[in-house]
Amino acid sequence: MLAYILRRTLWSIPFLIGASFLAFVIIQAPPGDYLTTYAAKLEAAGQSVDTARLNSLRDRFGLDEPFIAQYWKWITNILRGDFGMSFEWQQPVADLVGERMLFSIILALSTILFTWAVALPVGVYSAIRKYTAGDYVVTVIGFIGLATPNFLVALTLMYFGVVYLGADVTGLFSPQYATAPWSWAKLLDLLSHLVIPVVIIGMSSTASLIRIMRANLLDELYKPYVTTARAKGLGELKLLLKYPVRLALNPFVSTIGWAFPQIISGSTIVAFVLSLPTADPLMLQALMSQDMYLAGAFILLLCILSIVGMLVSDILLAVVDPRIRYN
Amino acid sequence: MMSDTRSPSLEIKNLVTSFATANGEFRAVDDVSLDLYPGETLCVVGESGSGKSVMSRSILQIVDEPGRIVSGSILLHPGRSGRRGVIDLAKLKPRGPEIKSIRGREIAMIFQEPMSSLSPVHKIGDQVAESARVHDGLDRRAARARAIELLAKVEIPDPESAVDRYPFEFSGGMRQRAMIGMALACNPDILIADEPTTALDVTIQAEILQLLKTIQKTNGMAILFITHDMGVVAEIADEVAVMRHGRLLERGNVFDVFANPQHEYTRTLLRAAKNAEAPSDRRLAMRQVRPLGEPILRTQSLRKEYQLSPGFFGRGARKLVAVHDADIELRAGENIGIVGESGSGKTTLARCIQRIHSVSSGKILYKLGGSDEQDIAPLSDSQLREVWREMRIVFQDPFGSLNPRMTVGQIIAEPLVNNGLGTSRSRRDRVAELLDLVGLPSSSMERYPHAFSGGQRQRISIARAIAPEPRLIIADEATSALDVSIRTQIMDLLLDLQEKLDLSYLFISHDVGLVRYFCDRMVVMYRGKIVEQGETETICNDPQHAYTQSLLSAVPIADPRLRNTKTRTRYRETA
Repeated sequence: MLAYILRRTLWSIPFLIGASFLAFVIIQAPPGDYLTTYAAKLEAAGQSVDTARLNSLRDRFGLDEPFIAQYWKWITNILRGDFGMSFEWQQPVADLVGERMLFSIILALSTILFTWAVALPVGVYSAIRKYTAGDYVVTVIGFIGLATPNFLVALTLMYFGVVYLGADVTGLFSPQYATAPWSWAKLLDLLSHLVIPVVIIGMSSTASLIRIMRANLLDELYKPYVTTARAKGLGELKLLLKYPVRLALNPFVSTIGWAFPQIISGSTIVAFVLSLPTADPLMLQALMSQDMYLAGAFILLLCILSIVGMLVSDILLAVVDPRIRYN
Repeated sequence: MMSDTRSPSLEIKNLVTSFATANGEFRAVDDVSLDLYPGETLCVVGESGSGKSVMSRSILQIVDEPGRIVSGSILLHPGRSGRRGVIDLAKLKPRGPEIKSIRGREIAMIFQEPMSSLSPVHKIGDQVAESARVHDGLDRRAARARAIELLAKVEIPDPESAVDRYPFEFSGGMRQRAMIGMALACNPDILIADEPTTALDVTIQAEILQLLKTIQKTNGMAILFITHDMGVVAEIADEVAVMRHGRLLERGNVFDVFANPQHEYTRTLLRAAKNAEAPSDRRLAMRQVRPLGEPILRTQSLRKEYQLSPGFFGRGARKLVAVHDADIELRAGENIGIVGESGSGKTTLARCIQRIHSVSSGKILYKLGGSDEQDIAPLSDSQLREVWREMRIVFQDPFGSLNPRMTVGQIIAEPLVNNGLGTSRSRRDRVAELLDLVGLPSSSMERYPHAFSGGQRQRISIARAIAPEPRLIIADEATSALDVSIRTQIMDLLLDLQEKLDLSYLFISHDVGLVRYFCDRMVVMYRGKIVEQGETETICNDPQHAYTQSLLSAVPIADPRLRNTKTRTRYRETA
């Protein structure tokens, strides 16, 4: 088991290197660089562009160096903890990204927990009560959840929140806590603000996980080992949880890997609508203005999250399924 | 029937179990009455769809939905558990506490497929001692001790470490032993065994049957043994019950039933079992008229290796030799049987000969189109087209090997279409002719495979195989999935076709009986090696190699009077 975890962890290192390289390729891919975008912006605003100044800036940022050299400089600095400077904000990238990324991760983790907490029991119910009224109700709600775009749900909830409840549902903090230092009260405030974005972002993945769980469990419910367990005199509930649900969980666990990055990058629109101080809005802006190091940091972090998510789901899979562990 | 002084453990009276279907009620078990006695084995024999499994599951009320007991009673008499009075299991609720307290404690059950009947993600020990935890309230530690004790009882080597292993680390035979151990956890009065040896190799089957007998002798439990194999019945039954289409046709003492079967169907089953112990008269007669021809296929040191791990620049690479330098020779009009247990390499050998697999080394000399011998081992796929037209295969699974979305006519015509033979009109006539050859009405061609039974489907597979006028048919366990009474029919059909169409057969089987019936010569394989080959009768009567001896000694004989007359040998390869 330890050997498996070690091997699997070591394997993710080349992936990380590859991902960092790809991240750099992607941010370099659009024609031009931050300075050409910057110049275009100035021209559009009717200001004159000082070519000499631009060239000196380009020189200073090393934007004329060959691709590989730029990448090397970028990645070695990151290994030292220096993510570079944001051109647009004139601040270290690390300061800009840090807290927002933390909120993104908190939001994503809460969403996954919510998704699981709802999808698991509902999926199990739906499977063991197949083709009953309850199953149909769950199925219909599930399909509605899958089919509704989540920004629409966000707008609707905001409308109801403001008009009928008189509550501000946007942001992650109430105004009085936004700049306050961390305290229990602030944490509670954060949690209460998390509920609505979590429900909105988690809705479609909850719906799809319910379907996955239902299908997985239906595959397992009539397997011979279930009959064996029943013939031993186990109670139905205990039997259900110990055997078929346990086996149906295996494919479920592997969804963590993709759910994590998907939730982070899938929450951009919702983050805009609800003006959440997460990473997504800033990343979008950085990409549009070709703010290279800022965008690069976001993309790299997202890639790392994906790889870590996969790693976690692989390790969990090995924990729940001995057949994987021993191969 | 024996004397009436015995008191039964279980009495089944007029049991009816039915399934509600769209076309009304289907009675899977229809008015069946049976008795089980302590220390005795009742074998229920029947073919697929006879209702024997549903009957056995009705006892524990674990019939899958929508099946349910409609009427009749299942009386369980008091046993070791200390429970008093007779209880009617048929009256209990399938999910109620009463039936749960009986399942696994007073009546335990083992199943056919030891792999799928065990959970793959729970340790053996956990599963084996589970009923003891449920019924005897053992804690984790005591349960573990009980599991070790049980594994030792079913003769699993090194039970202390086996208890912490997972089912996939066990061989099929060991898994079935673990299943038996699991059933014994609460020392039940009654053991229901539903085809427990069907999925096992014959040598393993012999060991499992022996184990069941030994355990029965020590704890005196009653065994209800479900099987389709008359040989197994002869080996272990005290009483026999024959079922067909949900009904009980005949029941009685095993010696009486074998000596003097009352029902025609029982006679059919017995005849089919006897057939497997002698060569087919049809084949012997045919060989008198048409002697065997020249060799059409010879393999020379045919070898197939699989690379297990690539190693580092070729060093430390691990290889599996699936076929070890095989030399066989097949003559025109001859049937050769390749016999071996699972994993012996018999199917791999056939796939190599047909060149579905590539060959690691050696030669396959084949007389293509009856001309000179040609080595087909190095040929490329495009060069093999003509070889593939002449060598056809019939697979084991009559359900999986026919495309359910094609009509029977399309299925049979497919090899003709692929080889560009004939026009659509001439192909239609040919399909009708082929259907006639395999004994199916030509109207079958418009229908889909699901409309046919297993035996009929295998006829369709055979029609497809002979469509492009092949010279060699590879029958890979072609009769193994069929009911006993159908097997002989299919083998006779193959023999008739041999006479009409000048065919030679490579007949792959794990079942020595079928090979004895069908094949002129046999090749015995063990772990990729051919250990013995020669005339079938010579080998069956006087096996030379120790493995062949052990294989033949394990085959059950369908005659209860010969029980315990054979000494079983167990073959262990010496380095």
